Amino acid sequence: MEPFRYMRVSDETSALEAVAKNGATMLAGGTNVIDLMRLGITSPPMLVDVNHLPLAAIEEREDGLSIGAMARNTDVAYHPAVRRRYPVLSEALLSGASPQLRNLATVGGNLLQRTRCVYFRDAANPHCNKRKAGSGCAAMDGWTRMHAVLGTSERCIAAHPSDMAVALVALDATVHVRGSQGVRHLPIAGFHTTPGERPDIESVLLPGELITHVTLPATKFAARSRYVKARDRSAYAFALASAAAALDLEGTTIREARVALGGVTTKPWRSSEAERRLVGQKPGPELFQAAAEAAMQGATPRHDNAFKIELARRVIARALTLAAGMA
Amino acid sequence: MTQPVTGKGLDRVDARLKVTGKASYSAEVAVANVAHAVIVSATTGKGRIKPIEIGAAAKVPGVLAVLTHQNAPKPPGADEPRKNAQDRLLQFLQDDEIRYDGQPIALVVADTLERARHAAGLVRPEYDVEKPVLSIEAELDRAYAPKDTPRGPSDKKVGDFDAAFAKAAVRVDGTYTMAPENHNPMEMHATIAVWQGDDKLTLYDTTQGGFIVRQKLAALFRLKPENVRVISRYLGGGFGCKGSPWSHVPLAVMAAKVTGRPVKLVLTRQQMFYFVGHRPRTLQRVALGAERDGTLSAIRHDLTGWTSRFDEFVEPSAAWTRPMYACGNVSTSHRLVRLDVATPTFMRAPGAASGSFAMETALDELSYALKMDPLELRLKNYAEKDPDTGRPFSSKELRACYRQAAERFGWARRKAEPRANREGTWLVGWGMASAAYPAHQRESSAAARVRADGTAVVQAGTHDIGTGAYTIMAQIAADALGLPFDKVRFELGDTTLPNAPLAAGSQTSASVGSAVKLACEAARSMIVSAAVADPRSPLFGARPEDVATDTGTLVSKKDVGKKDTYAAVVERRGREIVSTIENKDVKSREAYACHAFGAQFCEVKVDEATCEIRVTRAVGAFAGGKVLNVKTARSQLLGGMVWGIGLALLEQTVRDARDGRVVTRELQDYHLPVNSDVPALDVILVPEDDPHVSQVGAKGLGEIGITGMGAAIGNAIFHATGKRVRELPITLDRLL
Repeated sequence: MEPFRYMRVSDETSALEAVAKNGATMLAGGTNVIDLMRLGITSPPMLVDVNHLPLAAIEEREDGLSIGAMARNTDVAYHPAVRRRYPVLSEALLSGASPQLRNLATVGGNLLQRTRCVYFRDAANPHCNKRKAGSGCAAMDGWTRMHAVLGTSERCIAAHPSDMAVALVALDATVHVRGSQGVRHLPIAGFHTTPGERPDIESVLLPGELITHVTLPATKFAARSRYVKARDRSAYAFALASAAAALDLEGTTIREARVALGGVTTKPWRSSEAERRLVGQKPGPELFQAAAEAAMQGATPRHDNAFKIELARRVIARALTLAAGMA
Repeated sequence: MTQPVTGKGLDRVDARLKVTGKASYSAEVAVANVAHAVIVSATTGKGRIKPIEIGAAAKVPGVLAVLTHQNAPKPPGADEPRKNAQDRLLQFLQDDEIRYDGQPIALVVADTLERARHAAGLVRPEYDVEKPVLSIEAELDRAYAPKDTPRGPSDKKVGDFDAAFAKAAVRVDGTYTMAPENHNPMEMHATIAVWQGDDKLTLYDTTQGGFIVRQKLAALFRLKPENVRVISRYLGGGFGCKGSPWSHVPLAVMAAKVTGRPVKLVLTRQQMFYFVGHRPRTLQRVALGAERDGTLSAIRHDLTGWTSRFDEFVEPSAAWTRPMYACGNVSTSHRLVRLDVATPTFMRAPGAASGSFAMETALDELSYALKMDPLELRLKNYAEKDPDTGRPFSSKELRACYRQAAERFGWARRKAEPRANREGTWLVGWGMASAAYPAHQRESSAAARVRADGTAVVQAGTHDIGTGAYTIMAQIAADALGLPFDKVRFELGDTTLPNAPLAAGSQTSASVGSAVKLACEAARSMIVSAAVADPRSPLFGARPEDVATDTGTLVSKKDVGKKDTYAAVVERRGREIVSTIENKDVKSREAYACHAFGAQFCEVKVDEATCEIRVTRAVGAFAGGKVLNVKTARSQLLGGMVWGIGLALLEQTVRDARDGRVVTRELQDYHLPVNSDVPALDVILVPEDDPHVSQVGAKGLGEIGITGMGAAIGNAIFHATGKRVRELPITLDRLL
């Protein structure tokens, strides 16, 4: 662990000024950044502690819900409006980490958490395009049981670890950020980026920008939304495959659908292929199976993770079944 | 007479200290002027270290020393030949060879932990890398037979397996593999090394065997054993990896020597996966032949495990099967393959956790081949005497274990057909297995001192590795002395105390407990003798056999008006009553086969789509001789069963095939059961009277709880799904 400076800020302007300084990293819950510093994966010269920014509010509005970037995962998961109007988000949050971690982890930090790829997290491994562009990828021919099968590139197959973000994708969330140039409103589906040629770039957030809050629109499908996560143990484990599904049913017809994936993808993943299969159809096992097949089209496994393709299909079908109330 | 306290479920005497943080674990002992050492681990599995540049690390403020193979001193006893197979070759910077991933290759000592850790990160060695060999299967033609195992000879044949198997009406034959596992006690290994001059050394060390550490370090640094003091008063879990010293111990001693300061060295969680032992990867072949009525006619159990290039450890899995079932034709063997891995070691229920998985799964397969209930099959082949040695069992209440556990579980309601029981999307299955672990007893010493205030201090240099030894020993001592429990204090964890064996192998209760009992009984006799010989005692002149003792009081059986107290006897005598015992009577039990037995019954649910597996119920019944404390005994068994869930479903240490790097070196990747993986577990303590097994009548319960669990869970998974997985851990991808 490298020596670093620490600074606490209490308003957005001083936060932005502080992080504008070269290399500073924001410290929210610290459940990931401190971990990475201890492993020697990141060594920011300065941590800007944003825990005292007044950004923790969760506000119910007529047109949806606003969740402050500093709201703790626990507070979001148990918020009555979240449980009632956006059940998939509550389920996703509660399926992640442990109660202790959720008490500290924030919405903003969760969106920016880094992959748990074991090769990314090994400071002794010099071959990681995510850590150093062009350095290679040790994971590609290594132990790949936990790695992604969708959205991968020749340069990176690291899975995105967030459960929350998968739910947010299914809910059409918007991420609101503020930087020295002003504020931006970024649709969640475009917030994270696939590795492509530049696995070191993980989102469209610009250096020095601060996530202030996330908004969820009032949609018809949100209330009929579920999260299913398959993992190696019953709690405190990253997803082998997860799916968020949301359905707007009109009578026995699906008017609108959202299908988002985690655990098998390099970013929180919206499957428009699956959604297209669903819209206008009558819900049922065969349709859900077809949607699941469509979602996993083009999946490319490595040595140890081919099972994830079939597992993801089953998880998607299960999430759709639950969302349709057919379980 | 007062009711004995032995057996009662008393709370641990150290519980309050532990939960309030007042129990000082090895790394927490306050030592003045202590410096902090951090080990730099190799980051590849095989090769040579190029000359290491230490300039940047040495320049960090507060750094006192940076040791590498280029500048590390050579301990004077480093070249002594090894005494036995358990005397391990340690890696303390004596050459440039990398033998396994994570091997210590440099040591940084600084005035604070933060500075030491930072400087350690600046030591960036380069290697001439070689390709490690990590596959047992690829090296099978080089497998060799070790001379023996921790459980008897490597190979053993009773009767004629081949002939019997060829004739058998029903046969099963399978290979069972187990992933390597790491112990991961909550407390990481730690040592504080303090030199007193050049010839005396004190170590605060996380060890299950202070005397073993003393012997090894005394030899290595050419010190008189009595000049090396090893203290380990509290241990945050041992499980075998803290059985004998690993490389960090001499490194800490060396660093203290070089810097002239006491040095504290605590391993990181990652380093717990590197050089403090592990359960080796194993392949086991089990072949069973039976008559149509289920009578076993042939048993074959062969183990092949890995060991390091430079040390030998045999996981004695096939030996587990030897005393289990009445069968006249049994062939067992153990083979080793040397690979580029660190040395494996004993891990909770060595040989038994693994061996029971293979054997008890094979029996389950046989039960389906025979269309016979798995419990019936075991009862059909119940061994009334040890089929391996022909000796009678010292006691064996296994039948009661089967019956009580089956009844509690509701086994009689089981339908044999697999995949026939479901609840919603869950497939439900039931499985069972036998549990067993040998009941060891070793020579041990103990001392009892009765003081003028009517209290007693009882001592033995054993360890409480979380099992409850502090409490149990005090219970035994109180009864043997005739004192109330709260008047007795038990001291352990220090090599200045009477010599005691390694706190491992489920042997402490029987070994140390017996010595404590004998020492205390002797002290009690000494008090009586002192009283009847003392003219100032009301009991003066009485025959010792006419004096009764209870709760610190002596009473004449002939005249109940004549009384004295322990306190008064010692007070008048002017010095403590001290009794020291060396219990060497561990041979008479050799006329018997001594084992603890048990039965495990499990229910699992497997999601029919995602194949996620949950253990939803488990009942274990165990007979381990006399139970010394029902609460700590139950806790030991529960802990074993919980670990059994990890062994069956979760734990595996994965190495990168290219360079031997351990990739699952964090607890986020190496999964242990969390609370929600553990259902309500039901432990039944089956009463068992055993006059032969040890003077206290106890067999030890530290390890038997994990045995049989791998098979019981695997068998339940088969029952739920119809899919037989012969590989642990059974992760969901193996069922998809």
